[in-house]
Amino acid sequence: MTINEIQDQVTEEFAIFDDWLDKYNYLIDIGRSMPSIDIKYKTNDYLIEGCQSKVWLHPSFENGIISFSADSDAIITRGIVALLIKVLSGRTPEEIMNADLYFIDRIGLKQNLSPTRSNGLLAMVKQIKLYALAFSTKTQK
Amino acid sequence: MNKSIEEIRADFPILSQKVYGKPLIYLDNGATTQKPEVVISRVANLFRHTNANVHRGVHLLSDNVSEQYEAARETVRQYINASKKEEVVFTAGTTSSINTVAFSFGEKYVGEGDEILVSAMEHHANIVPWQMLCERKKAILKVIPFNDQGLLDMEEYKRLISSRTKLVAVAHASNVLGTINPIKEITAIAHKEGIPVLVDGAQSIQHGIVDVQDLDCDFFVFSGHKIYGPTGVGVLYGREKWLEAMPPYQGGGDMVANVTFARTTYNDLPFKFEAGTTNYPAAIGLATALDYVTSIGREEIAGREKHLLEIATRELSAISGVRIYGTAQDKVSVISFLPGEVHQYDAGMILDKMGIAVRTGTHCAQPVMDRYGIPGTVRASIAFYNTEEEMYALASGVRQVMEMFA
Repeated sequence: MTINEIQDQVTEEFAIFDDWLDKYNYLIDIGRSMPSIDIKYKTNDYLIEGCQSKVWLHPSFENGIISFSADSDAIITRGIVALLIKVLSGRTPEEIMNADLYFIDRIGLKQNLSPTRSNGLLAMVKQIKLYALAFSTKTQK
Repeated sequence: MNKSIEEIRADFPILSQKVYGKPLIYLDNGATTQKPEVVISRVANLFRHTNANVHRGVHLLSDNVSEQYEAARETVRQYINASKKEEVVFTAGTTSSINTVAFSFGEKYVGEGDEILVSAMEHHANIVPWQMLCERKKAILKVIPFNDQGLLDMEEYKRLISSRTKLVAVAHASNVLGTINPIKEITAIAHKEGIPVLVDGAQSIQHGIVDVQDLDCDFFVFSGHKIYGPTGVGVLYGREKWLEAMPPYQGGGDMVANVTFARTTYNDLPFKFEAGTTNYPAAIGLATALDYVTSIGREEIAGREKHLLEIATRELSAISGVRIYGTAQDKVSVISFLPGEVHQYDAGMILDKMGIAVRTGTHCAQPVMDRYGIPGTVRASIAFYNTEEEMYALASGVRQVMEMFA
């Protein structure tokens, strides 16, 4: 599936819920079921600045594909990171760099994220794209 | 006749709005308070009818607005019971007031090896300016600890006072723990050694009576927006002898008496510390806010808030797993807590969806979080316009949050 196909799928999954409480409960479930990051990556080196809650994000690069693992001390944030990973993990650097992330808007979470919170979200996306950029220069060499 | 809660709430237009289709329950008053209609219209009318720069013109509008601005100063003087109008300086807020003292007092009185004493429960605005001063002057910042309840260790305070102590800077009330500190005792101890005391009133001014002469403090600072006034204005009260002796902080218009390229002489107090065009609309709006608070009654406000705090404390304490930080006997209406193992950010996010506005995080007081070894708290800060029903709604919201994350 392409990045956009996965985004559409996620959007559909959230569309089932009318009530915001159910949406958040679903997000909490997603956060809970995300595999934990390897403890050795839960360090300041992998901490993303700009979030009210702590987020650790670790990339690995193999055969031209970037995979991410992540964690957060807040469950809702964990859910959001899990969704980002679902959409963006296992992709080439180019795919990630060119991705237009519209699903957050469509699942109705963006308007509920206050500026500091969405800064946290933006910080995560920015970090993911930065890793992609770094790995893309590696491929070119 | 006291106003009913319905009448009080009707004074604040914002309180009747809905968020996410639910009635707004505004419990973030420690961050900023809402504004009564009288304040909103006073500022709007000033711009509509009498706007001109203060102390600048010979024309009618400038005279008129200068008069209102100086009347606002007098209102503040009476409100905090300063002995002279000259001791009331308008600033941009608490932070700018503290920075003014840290710079001006520091320039004159603090040197290498001297000590500044703050408490461990200060918010960043009453820590960082002193750290910057200490860095500039190679002085030392010392910290008065507090106990689990949130009470300052007064014995340690006495021990920390030394012949090198130049100033004590301490919060009147903690923005996280709510503790009301024993300022009179603190000033008495410091004054025995001739050391001046700055009291950060950002979290006390709105909750009851503040009398700077009774507190016997040398500086008292607060922000207008935390006492139902506009943002961007604050007050620096300073004892005349200190303000007279201190050099100005910023240079510019209005703070000068005579300017030549050879030499500039400074204006008298309080103008010496009011460089440039001040935020006169906000200062005038602040006076209206203080008049409004006086019309409600400061003791009435304190009484209502105490009652609401008691309900909130009782209801939250009854929830198994809720931990409250700051359990002093003498508190302003601020309640910091953690709902079991739920992250404060998760809790705040869900409460927000219920229409309950609280603050989450470190509340610009990271050392307080470090003291308890926690990443942050949820903070509900209560104003007199909050209702008993809102306290119950908060507790039931917290219950629901804990069920969601259980």
